[in-house]
Amino acid sequence: MAENTTQLDVSMLDGFTRLVTEDALQGKTMLLNMGPQHPSTHGVLRLLLELDGEYVVNVIPDIGFLHTGVEKHMEYKTFEKAVVMTDRLDYLNNIGNNLVYCLAVEKLVELDVPPRAQAIRVILTELQRIASHLVWLGTHALDLAAMSVFLYCFREREMILDIMEMCSGQRMMTSYFRPGGLWRDVPVEFEDAVRQFLRIFPARIDEYESLLTKNPLFIERTKHIGVLKAEDAIRWGVTGPSLRASGVAHDLRKVQPYSGYEQYDFDIPTHTDGDTYARYLVRIEEMRQSLRIIQQALDKLPYGPTRSNNRKFVPPPRSELATSMEAVIHHFKLFTEGFPAPKGAVYVAVESPRGELGVYLEGDGGPKPYRIHWRTPSFANLQVLKLLAKGHLVADLVALIGTLDIVLGDIDR
Amino acid sequence: MDWASLAEWTLKSFALIFALLGGFAYLTLFERKLIARFQVRIGPNRAGPFGLLQPVADGIKLIFKEELIPAQADKIIFILAPIITVVPALVIMAVVPFGPPIQLFGRTISLQIIDLNVGVLYIMAIASVSVYGIVLAGWSSNNKYATLGGIRSSAQMISYELALGLAFTGPVLLTSSLSLAEIVEAQRHIWFVLYQPVGAFIFWISTLAEVNRAPFDMPEAEQELTAGYHTEYSGMKFALFFMAEYIKMIAVSAIAVTLFFGGYRGPFVDQVPLLGPIYFLLKVVGFLFLMVWVRATLPRIRYDRLMAFGWKVLFSLALGNAMLTALGVLLADMFQNSLWLWSIPVTTIAFFLLVAYLMRGSIAGGNR
Repeated sequence: MAENTTQLDVSMLDGFTRLVTEDALQGKTMLLNMGPQHPSTHGVLRLLLELDGEYVVNVIPDIGFLHTGVEKHMEYKTFEKAVVMTDRLDYLNNIGNNLVYCLAVEKLVELDVPPRAQAIRVILTELQRIASHLVWLGTHALDLAAMSVFLYCFREREMILDIMEMCSGQRMMTSYFRPGGLWRDVPVEFEDAVRQFLRIFPARIDEYESLLTKNPLFIERTKHIGVLKAEDAIRWGVTGPSLRASGVAHDLRKVQPYSGYEQYDFDIPTHTDGDTYARYLVRIEEMRQSLRIIQQALDKLPYGPTRSNNRKFVPPPRSELATSMEAVIHHFKLFTEGFPAPKGAVYVAVESPRGELGVYLEGDGGPKPYRIHWRTPSFANLQVLKLLAKGHLVADLVALIGTLDIVLGDIDR
Repeated sequence: MDWASLAEWTLKSFALIFALLGGFAYLTLFERKLIARFQVRIGPNRAGPFGLLQPVADGIKLIFKEELIPAQADKIIFILAPIITVVPALVIMAVVPFGPPIQLFGRTISLQIIDLNVGVLYIMAIASVSVYGIVLAGWSSNNKYATLGGIRSSAQMISYELALGLAFTGPVLLTSSLSLAEIVEAQRHIWFVLYQPVGAFIFWISTLAEVNRAPFDMPEAEQELTAGYHTEYSGMKFALFFMAEYIKMIAVSAIAVTLFFGGYRGPFVDQVPLLGPIYFLLKVVGFLFLMVWVRATLPRIRYDRLMAFGWKVLFSLALGNAMLTALGVLLADMFQNSLWLWSIPVTTIAFFLLVAYLMRGSIAGGNR
């Protein structure tokens, strides 16, 4: 059996042969295939690890197992119908995906969004950010085997998903934001539900922190693990909490505000250590800041329409269809053909829970996007895994996948 | 040796093994229910009232599962490994007394399979054997994850075993006997945990590593090595590993109770001997509860850090504890005054606090 393990069959290594070192091919180091079915790769990520004992020499991420062709699909749908595709990208940030796509379409066709819709967009996006961070915190803790935190986080996430369901009828695949505003106004129970969440959640964050922040075992597993220097982070295009934990206070909500973020008072948590523990602290603090934003947005939530009145882009309400011929024509045109977009290209980026989420949208005068490209944060952030993991143990690698907070739907689109 | 004592031994052995197997089955349910409660869930409640038949359902499922042996596996060792793991777990309880002697059919029956005069050494020897099963399981599977799990368990074993052995010396020094029955008898008036708080603490941590429980469950670290050494096992062979782990949980809890918490001793045991096993069971369940609690709360430590912790912290603590205990016993002997025994908790706790101060926040001091 000894021969079997040391003699490596090179033909089994598919396209990765050229990426592993000579040592691995000679059997001096061990190649370990981690994923795509592995409990800690957060989806269907495959990692080819080159190990010296348990020390990681090299990590080769292999992506594409979740490729659904979302970008190409969107080119075959009208602008309005393509919204449903955005839900399927980053399945922990559906509302945020809706938002950035709608912002891109609105910028391309120069469509206005009423203030009430903007405020509700902010509330829901921040709720979604908290929900996403909760999934991150839960799975990150679970990767380190602190299993109870996972279920506590999902208990609170459930409250947010209930709010999403209340608004859109769907827990995750919301498609709630549409070009020009929202699908419809929020129901009357919305405000109470959000306020109840605001009341309960701060104590719950303290509860998570009491389990982890000062836990020597947790600190042992996260401090000085996977240190990312600010210049490396910028060089590799890392954004979001991972960048901020390296000491760069870059947050698109502050740098180039959208949807009225400039009206709200909130801080950008940063940390200088750049290790896994710093990223943990930054994300925990971000949840608190999101609560502040939600509180402010909810307190001064204006009344008014939730969707633009521009009938060339936004279908008329049902009540008008029985009385207005013009409304019927608009309705018919918008739902059969869609609205045309002018020739030209826009790039819009928002701060998703994972970093800069950008949409490049190109119109060719027709009712469908000529080209749409997503700049997804998980894809850029995953690239540094190799840099972070070198010299650490397999156990740390698991923590590092968790700390980068990748979502495979976001990477493979 | 007459036929009656032979029958007594046989019956006692059967009773103990059935108790352990039943205990194992219901320990899994106990753990699942308890962890569910810790995690605001309900836990198993479908099979039978309150899920009480869940272990039966699990057993039936595992028996009827297909058992796979990987083509490249070393078949003999692959089959042998679960047996090597489970047998020590079963026989380790043989020297543990779980009640005072009782009178039955005109015979005095000691509630202990056998009172070995080297009981403590027997426990240490048997406890170390089962790690072979884990290493061999990892190696014979011919799976890289399993191999890593096996290697981790051997690395883990050498780092806690010394501290565990030294923790045993406390009660042995206080009793001047290696027999577990005598150790329990010596705790008639006072539990050794009061003389040996640090020793009990070291013992408790080491046993968590001994039974591969969280936070020291690296050999099977689900999130890192999928399932570690038993990745390739299925059906009853897998169940045997599971059985070994849970029976060992019961066994080390029983040993901890015997060494430090007075064993079956409790109020009115001398008048009503049958209370002994009940006290014993309650104490063991208390320890099992602690184990489950730890698992629900703590993250897993990295295995190189466990080695550093075992060698640098736990070993030196255990060594200091053994030395100070010996000093205390010597002083009590010299002055013929057992009050000197109270110097042991004072000095050991002071030593413990000194070590804790030197560590300051880091579990194994400094970083790699």
